[in-house]
Amino acid sequence: MSDQQPGFDTLAIHAGAKPDPATGARATPIYQTTSFVFDDAQHAADLFALRAFGNIYTRIMNPTQAVLEEKVAALEGGTAALATASGHSAQLIICHSLMMPGDEIVCARQLYGGSINAFNHSFKSFGWNVVWADIDDISSFEKAITPKTKAIFIESIANPGGRVTDMDAIAAVAKKAHVPLIVDNTLASPYLCRPIEHGANIVVESLTKFLGGHGNSMGGIIVDGGNFDWGKNKGQFPMLSEPNASYNGVTMYETFGNIAFAITCRVLGLRDLGPAISPFNAFQILTGMETLSLRMQRHCDNALKVAEWLSKDPRVSWVSYAALPGDKDHDNQKKYAPKGAGAVFTFGLKGGYNAGVGTVSKVELLSHLANVGDTRSLIIHPASTTHSQLTPEQLEKAGAGPDVVRLSVGIEDVADIIADLDQAMS
Amino acid sequence: MNHDTYDAAYIRKILEDVRTIAIVGASSNEARPSFFVTKYLIDKGYKVFPLNPGMAGREICGRKVYASLSDVPEAIDMVDIFRNSAVAASFVDQALTLQPVPKVIWMQLTVRHDEAAERAEAAGVRVVMNRCPKIEYGKLSGEWGWVGGNSGVISSKKQSLHGSGKMQSLGIVKQ
Ligand SMILES: Cc1ncc(COP(=O)(O)O)c(C=O)c1O
Repeated sequence: MSDQQPGFDTLAIHAGAKPDPATGARATPIYQTTSFVFDDAQHAADLFALRAFGNIYTRIMNPTQAVLEEKVAALEGGTAALATASGHSAQLIICHSLMMPGDEIVCARQLYGGSINAFNHSFKSFGWNVVWADIDDISSFEKAITPKTKAIFIESIANPGGRVTDMDAIAAVAKKAHVPLIVDNTLASPYLCRPIEHGANIVVESLTKFLGGHGNSMGGIIVDGGNFDWGKNKGQFPMLSEPNASYNGVTMYETFGNIAFAITCRVLGLRDLGPAISPFNAFQILTGMETLSLRMQRHCDNALKVAEWLSKDPRVSWVSYAALPGDKDHDNQKKYAPKGAGAVFTFGLKGGYNAGVGTVSKVELLSHLANVGDTRSLIIHPASTTHSQLTPEQLEKAGAGPDVVRLSVGIEDVADIIADLDQAMS
Repeated sequence: MNHDTYDAAYIRKILEDVRTIAIVGASSNEARPSFFVTKYLIDKGYKVFPLNPGMAGREICGRKVYASLSDVPEAIDMVDIFRNSAVAASFVDQALTLQPVPKVIWMQLTVRHDEAAERAEAAGVRVVMNRCPKIEYGKLSGEWGWVGGNSGVISSKKQSLHGSGKMQSLGIVKQ
């Protein structure tokens, strides 16, 4: 191409996706194979020792997956990426690369419930300890940092409340402490927000949601910002900065420079823990990503109209959507996600628990299920489903009080979405 | 010339033009980045001369090691410097005394010496600093994407298999 820098939509279609070298196939082929033959013993040895680029085994890499990785890295403005089986497994691999038993991670309270669970319970059994902070009080991040802190973890637009995080402020805290800032960009997608431009060092996403976009395939991604000095403090990140025994003494940061984090996640994390994305899912997500801008803008436009309608409805007590002018996050939204606040938000029904259960039971167009980021509009009443095991006090704290309903507004005709909510709420 | 960023076309032309490469600071330790690069450039068909005074006369990757640039028995198209920035200048100056003068002086990732680069450019030598030829070759050929790397290259042209016919080896073609 000419020297002009390609725009976002051009990257969404073309980044990583040159015609296939062997066949000239224009669409990215699905390399549905577990393994790849070697030229000779030397080639095999070079691949296993990381001396040559190339494919060995689909648990570690696959050419369909590789196109997906380069495309997301390009859209996020990162140096490299690693795709995994799900958003959660991407988080696991990130922590595995950064943390040793006894280390700590500072997390925003305002996270997807599944992530809160993982940090509170599953990750504890690896000896990785979470310290919670609050995006409404930036100083709580600073106070939570100790010599054992290995990272800060936040969401750009938080699930479920649609809260928009002040990334610049938290990036400054991370920089001062010399720990990487990890941003889960699932709800925004790189179309609405590019965290690396706001100081993130690692971006993680569930591809299951808006990037795939059609509710048909699980996937996750880790994007390396290429902007963190892993060798600055000796012993801080041993997997990156010390010679690695399982690769005959190769030092990841010295050898791979500004893609060292992505490589470490692949050749130590994915190789040994194993949550590989299937080539078929990678293909489905790639197809979805080609229309990311078109879908995401429609999601935002529809969501804003639904939120405006709800905020005027007498059955509704409150609406929390950052694109509404009065919302407490409206200024942050204009700064970090100016094209829109995404598709996911919550609102409260005056009728409380029973009104919530009634609404999700009566919907006919919206789907009652536990996902976000589908072309279809989705609805859930957390208190009676995902959060039903919690006490009333815990429900309030989690932002999942009895009156709360969460929407993921789809890209159908917005008049039909509103009409369905209208009949279901009555 | 500005050495903060390079056009893909500038790098491509260099990697297409050169045939013989002298690697200053080549290592026989198979875990070292300089070994990785030596091996890779040989596999891509370049004629590589490893330089390392402590290993002169022995071999790295089956290639005879020389003590200094002036010992290399053939014309050197490109000098690739795997030594730190402080000493890089002295290798640049040695390179400029060679007959014929090399077409390209390349300094590896983290290596940069702007005054030495200016002297080389004044002598008509093309300079690349703070880059790795293995990475740049991989970005242009498409192999970089196999490890999830963002190549920055967009094209509707088919990627080319490497002329060696080796499995899983992409090449860069003249365009
Ligand atoms: C913000 C966020 N992060 C991570 C995840 C986990 O992703 P996955 O379901 O692909 O494992 C989700 C899923 O809902 C999410 O909403």
